[in-house]
Amino acid sequence: MLVKIKVNAKVIEKDVQANTLLIDFLRDSGMYSVKRGCETSNCGLCTVLVDGKAILSCNYLAARAVGKEVVTLEGLETEALEFGNFLADEAADQCGFCNPGFIMNVLCMCKELDNPSDDEIKEYLAGNLCRCTGYEGQLRAIRNYMESTRGGQQ
Amino acid sequence: MKHVNTSIRKKDYKSLVTGKPVYTDDIAPKHALVVKLIRSPHANAIVRNVKTDIAKKLPGIACVLTHSDVPKKRFTIAGQTYPEMSPYDRYILDEHVRYVGEPVVIVAGDSEEVVDKAIKTIQIEYEVLDALMDMRDAMTSSIKIHDEEDWFAHIPTGGNPEKNLVSSATQVHGDMDDAWKHCDYIVEETYHSLANQQTMMETFQTFTSIDEFGRLNVVSSTQIPFHVRRILSNALGIPKSDIRVSKPRMGGGFGAKQSSVSEVYPALVTHITGKCAKIVFTREESLIASSPRHEMEIKVKIGASKDGSIQAIDMYALSNNGAYGDHGPTTVGLVATKNISLYPNVKAFKFAYDVVYTNRMAAGAYRGYGATQGCYALESAVNELAHKMDIDPSILREKNMVKESDVLPLFNNDKIRSCSLDRCVATAKKMSDWDNTWKAVDVGNGKVRAKGMAITMQGSGIGNIDVASASIKMNDDGFVTLHVGSTDMGTGSDTTLAQVAAEALDLSIDKIKVISADTDASPYDTGSYASSTAYVTGMAVYKASEEMLELLYETAAKLLNCTTDELSFEDEIFTSGDKELSLSDLVTFVQQGKVNVSLQTSYSHKSPVSPPPFMVGIASVEVDKYTGKVSLLDYVGVVDCGVALNPNICRVQAEGGIVQGIGMALFENIQYNSKNAVINNSLMQYNIPNRQDIGTIRVEFEESYESTGPFGAKSIGEVVINTPAPAIADAIYNAVGVRLRKLPMLAQDVFEQMK
Repeated sequence: MLVKIKVNAKVIEKDVQANTLLIDFLRDSGMYSVKRGCETSNCGLCTVLVDGKAILSCNYLAARAVGKEVVTLEGLETEALEFGNFLADEAADQCGFCNPGFIMNVLCMCKELDNPSDDEIKEYLAGNLCRCTGYEGQLRAIRNYMESTRGGQQ
Repeated sequence: MKHVNTSIRKKDYKSLVTGKPVYTDDIAPKHALVVKLIRSPHANAIVRNVKTDIAKKLPGIACVLTHSDVPKKRFTIAGQTYPEMSPYDRYILDEHVRYVGEPVVIVAGDSEEVVDKAIKTIQIEYEVLDALMDMRDAMTSSIKIHDEEDWFAHIPTGGNPEKNLVSSATQVHGDMDDAWKHCDYIVEETYHSLANQQTMMETFQTFTSIDEFGRLNVVSSTQIPFHVRRILSNALGIPKSDIRVSKPRMGGGFGAKQSSVSEVYPALVTHITGKCAKIVFTREESLIASSPRHEMEIKVKIGASKDGSIQAIDMYALSNNGAYGDHGPTTVGLVATKNISLYPNVKAFKFAYDVVYTNRMAAGAYRGYGATQGCYALESAVNELAHKMDIDPSILREKNMVKESDVLPLFNNDKIRSCSLDRCVATAKKMSDWDNTWKAVDVGNGKVRAKGMAITMQGSGIGNIDVASASIKMNDDGFVTLHVGSTDMGTGSDTTLAQVAAEALDLSIDKIKVISADTDASPYDTGSYASSTAYVTGMAVYKASEEMLELLYETAAKLLNCTTDELSFEDEIFTSGDKELSLSDLVTFVQQGKVNVSLQTSYSHKSPVSPPPFMVGIASVEVDKYTGKVSLLDYVGVVDCGVALNPNICRVQAEGGIVQGIGMALFENIQYNSKNAVINNSLMQYNIPNRQDIGTIRVEFEESYESTGPFGAKSIGEVVINTPAPAIADAIYNAVGVRLRKLPMLAQDVFEQMK
């Protein structure tokens, strides 16, 4: 079936199967930031925004996204780099394979939670697995990023 | 030092944090054939008949390959320097399948859809044989896993397929009988660790094509491009000169990609069809048919005299290699070398091992490489010995552990030049308030807290075997292309090596561009494994940089009509008296032919020694007496990696390694079902730690200076994974008196033993 999905403010028209997953639709459309680390919606690597909410695109049919607005990391490059600088300052970017899904969720968290505690941060991001960093460097980066954005608001 | 020992960002960070298409699957051509594998549902079977005729006729199917289509020449997928210690016991596809998940048929077609359709039409008849699943039965079983006549080993390591033996040996140092006589306390126990999965976030993936010169081009997520070239040459029966292997950015490796797990399948398809082909392992495939840690059962007998001196250590390791012998003879050796060496003043030690075949997925290389299993066993036994002697386990260690100037018989009698383990232990004890808190503290509500400790060491490269070379080219504007054959798998080694070059050449880090790794373009490197890159490749970069600097001085002297002694070089400018020559102008003049010199240097480095990094880990746990649940509250790791070339990168290596070790200790279970298949075949069932599972991880460094390493550096990559299992095991014991001697340590096991 032919579907039209708005991705990063551009409408993409594509012929898909009924069972085509959003992750495959997006990667086929050149959104290579969307990564697959499992097939069981456990790793968080394929996180994208649908109508502003973080979802796992490996667990979401492409057809379901018709009429909705999808945002991948390609559509958030400025914000990604702003946070990414803090991640790189901890060398917590590491292999980078989990970064896109993780960063999508971090950016989402920063919008949803006001001044979260470490425990709240860990809970919010529990679904984003990372095998390189042991998570501590990511946490340091988040704290520093949030502090800097708070500073900016004042 | 301007550039080393500073925490600059990884040079590739921008593309990694903005999700750029830099990994194998991202850059594979869209027209690549999709390659999939039909895998055996049986642990031990003969493939009698494969009906592929319908599949082959399906439109869009490029080829369907079975064991009758592959070269009958055995090889190993283990990435090791030739001649490999691992036996040559594999075909690409074998008539005899030896574990559930072993590939039986390769199917390649234009799309995933057509390949899936073809797979459904293929019928396979098996003659199912009894399977050998328990490594303890291997040497006496009537089941012979490798009964083929063409099994062979380049180097005899005690292997004997008749007894399902991959490798076997015994070594004794000193008079054991006499040493036991000096022991007033003896502990003798057995410790069991499992075939943990590296679980790098990027699964195994490769694409292959034939290039314009008719050569097989392989792009793969691999730690070992040069070894893959040889492995494919062996497997396909084509000359190495017809193969080129390169690796793009990698989504992690941890040793998994030190075996050639995915490359042979698309390579065979491309070799046969001439077409571009791609394979991307699913997570399930990565968890059932890959290259995990060797399951080991290690028996330790250790004794000490009343004065607290450890007198004798006897270790026996039974190692489960699974269906094929990859990395078997080498991994097991580290059980002893990296652990008994922690206590180099024992009167005598003995180490014996048997590495056996079973009908489980073959093991491979996983961060720590045998040292991890050995650390769990020996450090657990040391803790048990301390309890038996009724002394603080940290004090038993302080009295006996390795220190600077000790001579290590298991490290070719190398005399330790750098070791700050004493300071590491002191710092860790202080950070964790060890003295006041290691014993059980009841915090109410049925919860008890306590701490446990372990120490560890690894190596830095494989002494006298690992070879690394670096080539440096000076370009216009004075920028440098640094070519290395090591493989940054996300660790940041490209950046660290650039820091070494920048320091040695006295250039800004932005002027150093790292190119890695491509078997045609890069200078030879064994690959990134065995904790070799910072230390061995780092030294090659340092030496090549020194030679470049010398060449630049000579060239500048010619251009300025002076001697090299009269020259100084600062801020990219050569000065001799009142004459100045910028590096940029120097290169321009060379490119204009004013001096006839090729501004390139190359250096190949091999280290006769493998200086160990050291570490201590202290685990702080809370055990729930009503449920047995163990919560890790805090983990302190203090590391001696010599001089940290990039402290941030080293810190993240340590934190990440500790959490992998925690996973092995508490969460990552490997279970087989009644049909001999791995149950834990998804990230839902194979539980790597998430960020809520681990408490806080705190890492510090106690610097030492290793004179044989670049700017004093030793390795960091592997040593960091070893301590959690024994430290947590003892913390649990200190909390509730339960001694667990198998991993992972689950709530139900603690609960059962508390009853």
